[in-house]
Amino acid sequence: MRRLVILGAGTGGTLLANKLRKKLSASQWDITIVDKDPTHYYQPGFLFIPFGIYKREQVIKPKKNFIPQGVNMVIADIEKVDPVLNEVLLGNGTKLSYDYLVISTGTEIAPYETPGLSGPEWHKSIFDFYTLEGATLLHEALKDFREGNLVVSIVELPFKCPVAPLEFAFMADSYLRKKNVRDKVNIYYTTPLPGAFTKPKATKMLGELLHQKDIRLIPDFNIELVDNEGKKLVSYDGREVPFDLLTVVPVNMGAGFIGNSNMGDDLNFVHTHKHTLQSEKWENIFVLGDAANIPTSKAGSVVHFAAEILYENFLLAIEGKPLTATFDGHANCFIITGIGEGTLIDFNYDVEPLPGTFPLPVIGPMKLLKVNRLNYWGKMAFKWAYWNLLIKGRHMPISTKMSMTGKKTD
Amino acid sequence: MAQQTYAGISVEVNDEGYLLNASAWTKEIAAAIAAEEDIVLTDKHYAVLEFIRDRTAKGDALSLRSIGKSGIVDAKQFYELFPGAPLKKASRIAGIPKPSSCV
Repeated sequence: MRRLVILGAGTGGTLLANKLRKKLSASQWDITIVDKDPTHYYQPGFLFIPFGIYKREQVIKPKKNFIPQGVNMVIADIEKVDPVLNEVLLGNGTKLSYDYLVISTGTEIAPYETPGLSGPEWHKSIFDFYTLEGATLLHEALKDFREGNLVVSIVELPFKCPVAPLEFAFMADSYLRKKNVRDKVNIYYTTPLPGAFTKPKATKMLGELLHQKDIRLIPDFNIELVDNEGKKLVSYDGREVPFDLLTVVPVNMGAGFIGNSNMGDDLNFVHTHKHTLQSEKWENIFVLGDAANIPTSKAGSVVHFAAEILYENFLLAIEGKPLTATFDGHANCFIITGIGEGTLIDFNYDVEPLPGTFPLPVIGPMKLLKVNRLNYWGKMAFKWAYWNLLIKGRHMPISTKMSMTGKKTD
Repeated sequence: MAQQTYAGISVEVNDEGYLLNASAWTKEIAAAIAAEEDIVLTDKHYAVLEFIRDRTAKGDALSLRSIGKSGIVDAKQFYELFPGAPLKKASRIAGIPKPSSCV
């Protein structure tokens, strides 16, 4: 009996467990999945909680509902992995030995990495929306917010869901307009990047949107510390941004056990081969999703496409065959640009987000890098697809590799 | 893409002034590029540049964090050595490609 252990039962781990349990014979393969939290979170929904569009109950379900029969689910902290002995040590003292390991433990916010960020103002006037707790408290704070400086900040790259802080800023603008208090609020957006986003065309389009909505961009801004008493951000080059309400994307780091086990970089992301998704150091370890250090977005859509490739390569690896499936870094992300409107970007390692239509030429119906209502409803409809198709490993009608079909090139 | 002359040596640069060939780099070329940024290179500068070139050669991503934890400078000192946009400036002076501002 061979053993596959999957660390992390989020989007990637769950989806992979479903696909592999269906494929691998139960008499030959024992599959165990480990997670520290019994709740599965629909993270794209967190964006809507601060604005009262979703309630917490709508974005959570028990993880066990999605783990198939024949997969052992263990709820426990992960202490350490010994990649030489092929063992996982859990927080409760149990040891799990494996023939193959998949690391899909994702990424978490680490506010304590920035001096002052997890100080007295944390969750009082400084909020994240990357946790259910943060998003819920932010809803309370926003309800009463009528004037002053609303600052949206990114501390450091990489972080999961690169479009989320932009979406938050756009939604905040919409929300405050609907409440007729937008003219008394200044919205600032600070980022370490030199522009609104990373790649040129998307940066231009999103930068223009920020400008149209009077969201003031402060680029090249690396936060040195947060002054809790003075309620301001201070950058390494001495610039200061005062806030009344700060919504922040803190430093994102991979799981602690990766650091404990010396298996990752200085942010605890595992060195992963960007095409095969095998770990760079150990042949029997694969990495899926945000926990990998591959040079594409940390996003759910990426996990979904990567899982298809990892699945194929895993099946080859266990037969001792060369890993021939290659991941192209495909990401496909809706960007909400206001309540009721949105755009869409579709890209990969080699091709930046381009304008056009998706998935079909001309007919679309989604528009790339253009704002419309359909893109917003596309994102909202996705919740159903997530719970019912994606994490159950069922077929989704989007190609794994990015397609140039429908895209406009210069 | 263009040819630029630094310290008497002709090198190919991209349209943002980054060296196309990292191995063409010399300390003299670094000093000449730094002069364009009004920076005079000291031993400390060179130590950082070597660190950056080393890491890039190893295939590790560069970030303010990794430089700040390098043991050579902290983030604040890095800003003092290469004012403004230190990662962009230092990369250009170090003769490596512009840091791929992630995703």
